[in-house]
Amino acid sequence: MENEFQPIIVGFLCNWCSYRAADLAGTARIRYAPTMRPIRVMCTARVEPEFVLKALREGADGVLIAGCHPGECHYVEGNIKALRRFILLKAMLRQFGVEDERVQLVWAAASEGKQLAEAVDRMTEQLRALGPLRWRQRVLGEQPVARHAREVEVGGD
Amino acid sequence: MPRPTFAMYWAASCGGCEISLLNVGELILDVDAAFDVVFWPCVADFKYQDVEGYPDGYIDLCLFNGAIRNSENEELAHLLRRKSKTLVAFGSCACEGCAPGLANLTTNAATIRTVYTDSLTTDESRTQAPRPVTQVPEGEIRIPVLYETVRTLDQVVPVDYIIPGCPPEARQIAAVLRAVLTGMPLPPPGGTIIGAGNVALCEECPLAKNVKQITRFYRPYEIVPEPGICLLEQGLVCMGPATRSGCGALCPQVGMRCEGCYGPLDGQDQGARMLAAVASVVAAGGAHLDEHAQAEEIAAVMDTLVDPAGTFYRFSLAHSLLRRARVADNSA
Repeated sequence: MENEFQPIIVGFLCNWCSYRAADLAGTARIRYAPTMRPIRVMCTARVEPEFVLKALREGADGVLIAGCHPGECHYVEGNIKALRRFILLKAMLRQFGVEDERVQLVWAAASEGKQLAEAVDRMTEQLRALGPLRWRQRVLGEQPVARHAREVEVGGD
Repeated sequence: MPRPTFAMYWAASCGGCEISLLNVGELILDVDAAFDVVFWPCVADFKYQDVEGYPDGYIDLCLFNGAIRNSENEELAHLLRRKSKTLVAFGSCACEGCAPGLANLTTNAATIRTVYTDSLTTDESRTQAPRPVTQVPEGEIRIPVLYETVRTLDQVVPVDYIIPGCPPEARQIAAVLRAVLTGMPLPPPGGTIIGAGNVALCEECPLAKNVKQITRFYRPYEIVPEPGICLLEQGLVCMGPATRSGCGALCPQVGMRCEGCYGPLDGQDQGARMLAAVASVVAAGGAHLDEHAQAEEIAAVMDTLVDPAGTFYRFSLAHSLLRRARVADNSA
């Protein structure tokens, strides 16, 4: 278990629903994989495609974008804007050789802590099956930049 | 007093940059009068060993066009950096990788296969892929080694100035040359962009924008666009929203979409910005639909956009956030 690959998931969570869902998952003590690094955004529409590409390049194994269900957006249709970008982004990432499972869009309302936790668990398993992405090292052939001295010694996976 | 020295070099590029420089008109005579040309393979016979013989910093102004695609390009980039006081990445290939950079979407082996094996030929007996080393009776012949990843000049050596464009517009080059010739101060060096605008191309484009929603995309040959109306809103993937101004929006004004040759605005990723701009004009399906039907309807519109990566990054892939595709050969 110790040596199992722990994927890094950068999670962009909408302030009005999915971030609350993550909060709820915490206060309800739902157990789920500790693989997501949550980033609170005001709306999924705030998630520029650049954020996703940058996360993948800088070492994330996957990116999870979580927002309000269609029809429930705080800004009326920010989530639909995100959906349009997401569909095109996936088509483009396929051309770059990035698997569909690595970038996911889910809807989780403020009351759906369990659903969000399940989404993280599910994505963690999918990424485990795919293995690490490590864009800088494996694709660009750059030397790994260690954030902690220990990472170099252990090999950084 | 000796005149300042000038060099121009051509790495992985088409040669259009040289033509564009000559397009400045009679100003080229002033350049010729003011500078001593010490290296310019396209127009004058100098050898690489001539350059090697110059003292370091001997060349006052070096315009370098072309991407770094093989070992010869890289060697010359290092050599010219060492010999030049001011090194300018000239044109889209040197700045962002341009069309040669699109090779980063695939492998070297696939590129060579397409060019030398799969292409139609009239004489199949002569099919021969390039080999870095060949033995001939007289000895060993070597040609430059093709690299797996195309890079831009500033990814290989430090660059003082960047003049974008495929090719740079003659009037923009002329403005820079005039500044150099008259001794006007240039902005501080360090990869500084000169000879281009600071806003998106849409700002200089006179076509009317109505924020229309579209239901399919067209390739340029499929549609005769209506004059005077924004091309993106007519379903043509016009790169204006994600492209630096400076050309005067020449292409959109004659009904040809902007292809993005002036590259991204400062600090932006051209493809990602274009993706966001395209997504915002796509009709989202009716609000009456359930979420799956809505997603399907959006996906159907997006399916009419052929080759998003190649379109959005036509000029800037080598300098983009991801820089190249992950292919079997490079994901060990």
